[in-house]
Formats: sequence, C-alpha cells, structure tokens
Amino acid sequence: MRAGRSRRLLGLAGLLGFLALLEVVPRVGLVPERYLPPASRIAGALADELRQPSFWVALGDTLEGWAIGLAIAFAGGIGLGLLLGSIPALRAVTSSTIEFLRPIPSVALIPLAVLLFGTDLRSKLLLVVYASFWQVLIQVLSGVQDVDPVAMDTAHSYRLGRWSRVRHVVWPTTLPYAVTGFRLAAAVALVLAVTAELIIGSPGLGKEIAVAQTSGAVPAMYALVVVAGLLGVGVNLLARTVERRVLAWHPSVRRDAAA
Amino acid sequence: MTASAAAARRVLVVVALPLALLVLWWVASADSQSFYLPPLSQILEAFASTWLGGRLVDDVLPSVARLLAGFALATVAGVALGVVVGSSRSLRATLEPVLEFLRAIPPPVLVPIFILVAGIGTTMKVLVIVSGCLWPILLNTIEGVRARDEVLEDTCRAYGIRGSARLRHLVLRAASPQIITGMRQALAIGIILMVISEMFAASSGLGFTIIQFQRGFAIPEMWSGILLLGLLGVILSLGFRAFENRVLAWYYGLRRAQRGTP
Repeated sequence: MRAGRSRRLLGLAGLLGFLALLEVVPRVGLVPERYLPPASRIAGALADELRQPSFWVALGDTLEGWAIGLAIAFAGGIGLGLLLGSIPALRAVTSSTIEFLRPIPSVALIPLAVLLFGTDLRSKLLLVVYASFWQVLIQVLSGVQDVDPVAMDTAHSYRLGRWSRVRHVVWPTTLPYAVTGFRLAAAVALVLAVTAELIIGSPGLGKEIAVAQTSGAVPAMYALVVVAGLLGVGVNLLARTVERRVLAWHPSVRRDAAA
Repeated sequence: MTASAAAARRVLVVVALPLALLVLWWVASADSQSFYLPPLSQILEAFASTWLGGRLVDDVLPSVARLLAGFALATVAGVALGVVVGSSRSLRATLEPVLEFLRAIPPPVLVPIFILVAGIGTTMKVLVIVSGCLWPILLNTIEGVRARDEVLEDTCRAYGIRGSARLRHLVLRAASPQIITGMRQALAIGIILMVISEMFAASSGLGFTIIQFQRGFAIPEMWSGILLLGLLGVILSLGFRAFENRVLAWYYGLRRAQRGTP
C-alpha cells in the first residue's frame, strides 16, 4: 500500500515538474513564446475553449467518428476472424492476401475518400475502419488458432454442434485476443479520426487544430492538442477498464487482482 | 503426393487469391465508364509513366529517406532514454504519467505545431516522424529493461561485468525483443506521418504529389500513387521482418528450445 502511494506521489511530482517546465522554458526565453506559450496561457486558452459550444460540437464529431468506425471494425474483424479461423482451408488461402493488405497505410486512402465522400463523416469512417479492422482481425485469427485441441476434441465427442462449439470452446479462448485487438484498434481509430479531420477537413478536433494553426491562435492550438492527448488517455483507460471487466474470469486478470 | 507437387500446392495456396482478386479487378474495371474508377490497365500505365521517371528520384526517394532518418533517430533516442528510465525505479514512477500522456497524443496533431516551429521543410517532416515513432520504442524499451532476468543480473554482478559490456550483453540483449516490438509499431506510425506531413503542407514528396493528382482530378495517376504507397508499406514491412529475424534469431531459437519443438 505504502509503495503504491509513494509511486503515485512521484508520478504527481513528475506531472507538476512537466507543467513547471512548460511554464518556465518560454518565460525565460529558451523557446520563443510564439512557438511555445507558457503552460498558464495554454490553460487559459483551454478554459476559453471549454466555454464555447463549437468546441463541444467538434469533440462530439471526433468521438462519433471514432466510436462508429471502431464498432464497424470490431464487429467485422470478429465476424471475419471467427469465420476464417474456424475453416482451415479458408484461412490458408486468405493469409497471403491479409499479409499483403494489412501493411498498406490507411492514409493512402485519403485521396480516394476525398473524391468519393468529400468532408463527409463517411470519409473519416473509411480511414478509421480500414486502419482498426486489421488490428482486430489479426488478433482474433491468432486467438482462434490458440484453441486447445483437447477441448475441441472433447466438444466433438459430446456432440456439440458447430454453433455451440464456437460459443463454448472457440469464443472463450478468442476473447482475450479480441479484447487486445479492441485496445489496439481503439488507439489507432482515434489517430485516424483526427488525421481525417486534419487533412481532409472533416469536422472535429483535428480540423479545429488546423484552423487554429492557420489563424495563428497558438495557445488555442496547444490547448486543443492537450485535449486530443487527454482524449487519447481516456481511450486507453476505457480500453483497459473494458479489458478488466470482460476478462474478470481470466487467469491473467485474476492474478493481477490478487497481487 | 510427391515433394514437388506439395511445393506447387503451397505456392498455389499463397498466390491463388491475390491473383484472382487482381484478375477480378482487371476484368471488372476493363470497360469502366466511371470517372473515379478507371480501368486497371490505365492505372498501371499511369504507374509506369508517373513514378518510374524523374519522380522516383525527386519525390519518392526523399520521402523514404526522411522516414528512415526519423525512424533511426527515434530508435536511438528511444532506446537511450528507455535504458536510463527503465533502470531506475523512482525515475520510472516519476515519469510514467507524463509519458502516458505524451504517448496518448495522436501524433498527427503535432504536425501543425512542428510547422509553426520549423516551417514546412525537411526538418519539420523528420521531427514529426521522430515525435510519432519515439513513444512506442521508448515505452517498450522501458518495459523490456525493467523486466530483465534477475538471475542474469546477479550473474553479471558476481562476475564483475559492468559498464558497456553489461549494457550490451545484459540490458540491451534482454530488452531487444521488446525494443523490436516497439520499432515495428513505430514503423507503421512513421509511414502514416511521412504521408500526412507531406499532405498537410509541403511542396514535394510522395504524399504531396498524390494530393496534387487528386486535386487536379488526375484519377489514374492518383490511383497509381495509392498503389505505390501500398507497395511501399508492404516492402517496408517485409524488410523489417527480415531485420527482425536476423536480430532476434537467438530469441526465437531459445523459445523453440523451451517449448521443446525442433
């Protein structure tokens, strides 16, 4: 208990030190203020942003694109992963195609998205879904491969049907992998949602940042970057909470809780 | 089944679907009237005439060079910082929340900041790539250095191995699987940042050129650029896998030995 507390205190000291550094470095002129405003001015700009309805609309737009894209990618990745994983022939035939498509950077689709959908929500979704889908699919595929052959044979000898086998044998083994896929995909989805806003100009935080930059509102730009960072922290925390909740029964999580 | 038939079958399994998809694309788009989806034959023609000439030297290679430079800088900085932070428990506890925050910032939002500080030149683009690639490498190195084997640590102490020998043979060796994992994640982010740093504001480079084609409605050229980016992603990932298999050959061998499979 005491060790945990001193850890937290050190972490807090680290955060405060970081903020102090951000305040002092521009004040003493190590970095010009027009490049890096002091932390207090960024905080002031942040407070201004929080009072503006347009900020909340932008935040909502970003979250909307993130959530819808992530949901589509997650559902698609799990569905296709279970299908390909449970039929060995299908998996063997598709694996080279997956290996080829996966490393294609999703930003390569930006020009296509602009032509087809303009600055529409669908542009953002195309990028988010393409990037996060592979994260889920790859994890689910390795999860299905990890199924214990003895458990599978047992299920066969008890005459479990295909659906019950998936439900009671394959799915519990795959779930931890799927959750890892969810965690990776959640982070990637946020990056791509913001990218679409920044480059394509879909409404959202990224667009606000680009606008702040072109109009020279430097403290506001930094404030929005801070918000994007906090959003990222929030997404990570959410993913970890989901992981603990969903896998509460799993040995890896139970051990953590006991320790 | 004879050995050659088995080998032929394996090759078939690997190439069948990609070939089928390409043929499907070719046939389906052959007499396409759609402005946005030109025939594949036109795209491939555009590919040869667009990229195999002067653009390869003027736009593509500089982009790739910036990516590799940023990636290399981030690796050196990430591993060096990671070793320092990972070796000290209190330093780790102090920096953890700050690092968690910095890592969580989606790297693309840093592009406007770096444009403000460094203009739209090469410095900005390399800085953007470094700033995105650094975190996965740094955090994985910290984790790898922290979780090194205690018995090996004690053995090193007992034999009086310290300084650079300890760093090379114990710390970096123990952390290398984690470092490589971090580098793999970083490379994927690096490609994204290479492209968007050029799309956002630039006057040359791969991302810039592709966006120019799109704005000028040069559709086959734009498609050929998308193909090129995809190819680049695949080549870099294959190259990295070769690098990984070389550097971590000892580790994979060790794991196979531990599992008792030949």
